[in-house]
Amino acid sequence: MLTKRVIPCLDVRDGRVTKGVKFKHNVDLGDPVEMAVAYSEGGADELVFYDITASAERRPIDIGMVEAVARAVRIPFAVGGGISTLADMERVILAGAEKISVNSLAVKNPEIIREGAAAFGRQCVVLGMDPVRNAKCPCGYEITTRGFREMTGLDAVEWAKRAADLGAGEIVVNSVDADGTRAGFELEITRKIADAVNVPVVASGGAGLPAHLVAAFNEGHADAAIVAGMVHSGDFTIAEIKKELVAANVPTRMSW
Amino acid sequence: MLAIIDYKAGNLTSVRNAFAALGAEATVTRDAATIAAADRLVFPGVGAAASAMANLRALGLETAVRDAVASGKPFLGICLGMQILFEHSEEDGGVDTLGILPGRVRRFPDMPGFKVPEIGWNQVNLQLQTPSEYYFVHSYYAELNPYTVGVTEYAGVKFTAMVKKENLLACQFHPEKSGRVGLELLKAWLAC
Repeated sequence: MLTKRVIPCLDVRDGRVTKGVKFKHNVDLGDPVEMAVAYSEGGADELVFYDITASAERRPIDIGMVEAVARAVRIPFAVGGGISTLADMERVILAGAEKISVNSLAVKNPEIIREGAAAFGRQCVVLGMDPVRNAKCPCGYEITTRGFREMTGLDAVEWAKRAADLGAGEIVVNSVDADGTRAGFELEITRKIADAVNVPVVASGGAGLPAHLVAAFNEGHADAAIVAGMVHSGDFTIAEIKKELVAANVPTRMSW
Repeated sequence: MLAIIDYKAGNLTSVRNAFAALGAEATVTRDAATIAAADRLVFPGVGAAASAMANLRALGLETAVRDAVASGKPFLGICLGMQILFEHSEEDGGVDTLGILPGRVRRFPDMPGFKVPEIGWNQVNLQLQTPSEYYFVHSYYAELNPYTVGVTEYAGVKFTAMVKKENLLACQFHPEKSGRVGLELLKAWLAC
């Protein structure tokens, strides 16, 4: 049986992994390669890296870091941030990442999804989206961009369907309202999108307890869930989270 | 010499990195003479069957691949590199593939609750071994056939996760991205 994936997310800033709430109060957590190895050996099913300063400073992503991670770990990983062209995508993939995550770029230029899928296969192209509650949108959520700073007027479910049609192989639903709270995923929008598209959906934002992941899978219909603060802080290990998934009958990879 | 056949079907960095982690430096090649001279060959692949076949032919490597399999050298197909060893794929409206292995490659049926592509870790039931999870990324699957040695189930279909015929070993999943169990498989293959 296909297992549900647990994916630690590492926000990288100036070559170091950091954790901040809504891009503020960043705290240094460690070296990206060392942390990648530790999570991989600890049972993570996949990793995701966001080069958070690359986007803000409008510079290309740190390719040296991507290469170093690819040499050090034997599990899949995705990279986002600082990708603005097909050539940027290619550099990241050739450096050894399995997937590229596009977010604000795809809103500005949706064709990049089609171009990326045509060039590298749709499994390489992940759409990241940051929906925020807005009752004026048909699905109740509006897409924001540029680290939640800009509203787009796009309905979250409509955008997800369009991105899947364009060729996105996976969609990461990162709730603006839940991000950094560790109070649980935004299950409603996760489920709405998971039920609307026929590509895997990754729940993101708000994980604080193993039970939150159980809910993301059972109630949010997610195929994978991103964890950050709850594991970076040392409050939970991946193995501890997975034991609770197994106890809740969630199909989980337990040998690594 | 360990050679990885590069026929423009996806990125080979992960495959090369995995062998490097086992101490085996691989040569990535598009050259028929290098393929003929290699002791063992890896035939990876990510992408679509029709373009993979077209690239293989455009690079003049179809014969080199057939000869390598026929030569008896250890030959490892991965993902699309396994799929195009079969006779036919439904991908891209239907394409005849190498036909080195008997059988067909089909698309997963639409089934509620089963997303396509299948992305993630799924259990492989291998002959003579305890089942483990390996990492899969695919929308098409190879039917079971007399050479199937590993079976996985998704979207209500039992399909070939691994196939072995004499010197030819091929898998649908990505051993290079399947953590320790994947590395162990590659290590065992290097020793065979």
